[in-house]
Amino acid sequence: MQLFSCPFCGPRDETEFLFGAEAGKRRPEPAAEVSARAWGEHLHFAGNPKGPAREIWLHLTCGEFFAMERDTVSHAVSATRALRGGGQ
Amino acid sequence: MKGRYSAFALLREGVRGHTGWRPAWRSPEPKPRYDAVIVGGGGHGLAAAYYLARNHGITDVAVVEKGWLGGGNTGRNTSTIRSNYFYPESVALYDFSLKLYEGLSRALNYNVMFSQRGVLTVAHSPAEMEIAARTVNAMQLNGTDAELLDREAVLAKAPLLNTADAARFPVFGGTWQGRAGVARHDAVAWGYARAADALGVDIVQGCEVTGFVVENGRCAGVETSRGTIRAGAVGLATAGHSSVMAEKAGFSLPIRSYSLQAMVSEPVKPCLDTVVLYPGTGTYLFQSDKGEIVFGGGIDRTPSYAQRGNPPMQQAVVSGLLEMFPAFGQLKLMRQWAGVVDVVPDSSPIIGPSPLPGLYLDCGWGTGGFKAIPAGGWLLAHLIATGEHHAISRPFDLDRFAAGRLIDEAAGSGIAH
Repeated sequence: MQLFSCPFCGPRDETEFLFGAEAGKRRPEPAAEVSARAWGEHLHFAGNPKGPAREIWLHLTCGEFFAMERDTVSHAVSATRALRGGGQ
Repeated sequence: MKGRYSAFALLREGVRGHTGWRPAWRSPEPKPRYDAVIVGGGGHGLAAAYYLARNHGITDVAVVEKGWLGGGNTGRNTSTIRSNYFYPESVALYDFSLKLYEGLSRALNYNVMFSQRGVLTVAHSPAEMEIAARTVNAMQLNGTDAELLDREAVLAKAPLLNTADAARFPVFGGTWQGRAGVARHDAVAWGYARAADALGVDIVQGCEVTGFVVENGRCAGVETSRGTIRAGAVGLATAGHSSVMAEKAGFSLPIRSYSLQAMVSEPVKPCLDTVVLYPGTGTYLFQSDKGEIVFGGGIDRTPSYAQRGNPPMQQAVVSGLLEMFPAFGQLKLMRQWAGVVDVVPDSSPIIGPSPLPGLYLDCGWGTGGFKAIPAGGWLLAHLIATGEHHAISRPFDLDRFAAGRLIDEAAGSGIAH
């Protein structure tokens, strides 16, 4: 069982967490000018990096989203931080 | 030219002390140029090379593989072959593959041990029986075989299923596809490799693709750890590493890579002669020819390129097995492993031209690529040879994500990949 560190609750079992998305994805705006291709890419496409990754995760038990930096091959977590300066 | 395998050849070699067998394929140095290069020496890549040669007469083909032949998901999957999908596009694709599997041993002169022992999907409640009836109706309308079974019929097919009153997921009935089954996964890779080699295809193992040659906005070959190989067209059949390849080619894909694990028990005497899936537990299993119980479940929860599984999913899968077959609690777990699968939002594959002209995709099979090896290879070969879609692959083009015309099999058939 791997432990992930929630910025608000500390180290918890990986089963308490849900992967959300890659960090840095922005909803394309304004909606009226977004092409079907750009919207499809925003919804479905992913960098899916092998190695170091920055991701948004949800801690299901406290309900907070946060950023996690980890390696997708070794699964080592290098940092977790709150999205808007909160947390410990 | 190597001889054909036959009962006579087996007898002859038995008498001669097996001294006359030749390697099933060559290990050539890569040439500087081919008409077509396939990246990925798993089932899909080898099948594509074989069908390029056999269906289209294009024999100046190389398959480049960074590791060893069939060492990725082809050698790691649980080898189930079925076409019990919901949408017409999916059944057309997977039933095409199932039909090719039905004649594959003869076509390749290689026994892939396709055993059509049927797939049983259990329903646990009256509501699930209604969905099961809908699935069976859809499959029959789409032209493949399917039957709706009641509880007695399910228990007749798998008598060891959990019949306790306190069962968390009781048996109400189920669906049955009798033409489905399992095959020997290594044999599928080896059979295609041998047949492709005999037609002149070069299979180059230990050759990692590090980049793509792009000229005038078109893919003109691959850079590899063993030098540049130029090509008229390039096919990509790299499963869980498709995003890594796409990044080298300058585009991204709607794919996320996850570990999918599988396990086997110690071998026991024959006790289960079908493939069984429980939607309630997400666990599925069959008994191998050696007697091992081969079982697996859903993907791990963490995006990953590690070819190993995490303990929480292993626990969930083993718990699921014991819920389904309490008697199997006596068995020892012998091995556990994982492969990296390429999961697409609508749980359907991506087959078609890539954003880089001259580079063609056969990826996104998620947890279900083995069953589609003959079809994936056939359709990728068609794309490379003609530059056009086959009618069966057209709905699975990358353009469906911009068009919003998804083929959502996770929602359609409840299959979790």
